[in-house]
Amino acid sequence: MTTPSHYFARLLKYFILIVLALFFLMPVYVILVTSLKPLDEISLSQMWALPTSIDFSSYVQAFEELGPNFLNSFYLAIPATLLSALLGAMNGYVLSKWKFKGSETLFTVILFGMFIPYQSILIPLIQFLDTIGLYNSILGLIFVHVVYGLPITTLMFRNFYANIPDEMLESARIDGAGFLGIFRHIILPLSITGFVVVAIWQFTNIWNEFLFAVTITQSDQQPVMVALQNLSGSQIVQWNVQMAGAFIAALPTLLVYMILGKYFVRGLLAGSVKG
Amino acid sequence: MATKQKTKQKFSKDQWLAIGFLAPSILLILVFVYGFISWTGYVSLSNWNTIVPDFSFAGLKNYLYLFSDFRFQSDLRNMLFFTILFIGAVIILGLGLAILLDKKIKGESFFRNIFLFPMALSFVVTGVVWQWLLNPSTGVNNFLKTFGIEPLWYTDTNILAGFQWGQIEFGVPVAILSIVVASAWQMTGFALAMYLAGLRGIPEELREAARMDGASELQIYRKIILPQLRPITASVVIMMAHISLKIFDLIYAMTGPGANFVTDVPGLYMFETTFRGNYYAHGAAIAIIMLLAVAIFIVPYLWNNRRADS
Repeated sequence: MTTPSHYFARLLKYFILIVLALFFLMPVYVILVTSLKPLDEISLSQMWALPTSIDFSSYVQAFEELGPNFLNSFYLAIPATLLSALLGAMNGYVLSKWKFKGSETLFTVILFGMFIPYQSILIPLIQFLDTIGLYNSILGLIFVHVVYGLPITTLMFRNFYANIPDEMLESARIDGAGFLGIFRHIILPLSITGFVVVAIWQFTNIWNEFLFAVTITQSDQQPVMVALQNLSGSQIVQWNVQMAGAFIAALPTLLVYMILGKYFVRGLLAGSVKG
Repeated sequence: MATKQKTKQKFSKDQWLAIGFLAPSILLILVFVYGFISWTGYVSLSNWNTIVPDFSFAGLKNYLYLFSDFRFQSDLRNMLFFTILFIGAVIILGLGLAILLDKKIKGESFFRNIFLFPMALSFVVTGVVWQWLLNPSTGVNNFLKTFGIEPLWYTDTNILAGFQWGQIEFGVPVAILSIVVASAWQMTGFALAMYLAGLRGIPEELREAARMDGASELQIYRKIILPQLRPITASVVIMMAHISLKIFDLIYAMTGPGANFVTDVPGLYMFETTFRGNYYAHGAAIAIIMLLAVAIFIVPYLWNNRRADS
């Protein structure tokens, strides 16, 4: 039953989708085109034009400037992700399978930490890190991300474990397994997807985080996002180097998204409280 | 009898283990969230507005200063309009795209991936890129110039539909629109993913039944689908509101405070006044006001969720 109006409606749908898709991709085009141009071809009025020749020198320069910070981001994001996922799994297990009087309230108390503006804890946090000697260190940032990652990882694992049927635990209990036995032999083996989802979410958030990074670390301890901001905040604006830098800084999370997109989306949904 | 007692004992041991598992996290949250918030609250009532800590009691002096401050008044105006426009844009675009993609589109996952990928980026990257895209003399604007439009984007100091209110002009700052464009570009994918999951969760029978009763497609959306999506809209609003009320990095990377503070927000002011100006008590007061703004949305929402669960 394809009447002309149906046909027109179909056409309109694809037209809207394509126009919006082009709008969403426009920044990617501009990043790539600009970063591959030599400096003398960069001008604001020519930003849409393709480069006359491909020039990787801006990537070389951007990598020279951002390289050490890029590594810092890995030293930060990997341990912080693993630690916060592990703590989240423990909390999620308790709060979904070993509920006790007041555990729902405790969960809400934890969850609130996910929403607070971090500005509201920043001044004491810096005083604290300074006191224990972790100010201006990647170790300090790891600690911060583990602590403030607790609400979201707890929430995600709690939602994830809620899908494991209680009967499974009951039968394990009858077989004599206790709290730790059930965790090791039943929960953990079933947790792989949960860990992937939480790890992607935490890695992306920690990699992209800026406020803690810019206030807690200086120069050679800074993660890549702060270094990128400094690159673009410098006096002489080299747009090609900036765009190359933006691309380099965004690459790890973009790759995660492209390779593990399904889990990335699951993380988005799981992190939205109701899930 | 003996075995029964034994299992009972074992159960309580496990229960204690469970609480022991949870205890370190609870302790960390109590200290680092609630303890630190209290400490910030205390600082906001102190005289610590120099490099040297000074915890002498100042009462509400810092708050009174802020509410009479031109910059902070501008921040509150910007925060209000940014939040409304940003949430509106994300919901309309996200819901619209989800409805479109739900209609058996060829290449659905291809389109979905395009709309979602900005979510994987950081606000700093988004800010750097959109600063370049919306630069008043670049390509987007060259394109618009052919239609006779010459927007200044984030350098514009005009206030739309403004009227004088105390020291500030109250209305939508034009420059805020450029921040809305960049942030909506980044976050629309979130609403899209949420709505798409919601639409997929509505049983097909519901639509079929309505169709049998002679409802038009439009009526089905208005009477059945949109009401079903209401909890999702609530979640999207909550997530976007807490992002917009504390936004800092996007604006820091993209525009800074702007001329006449047209793109300034409390998050940016807090950062600059505390860590660049050493006005710790002012910074703490801004932070507490930001927390209260978020709490107004979040606390009732969390409370409702908790009641729904138990």
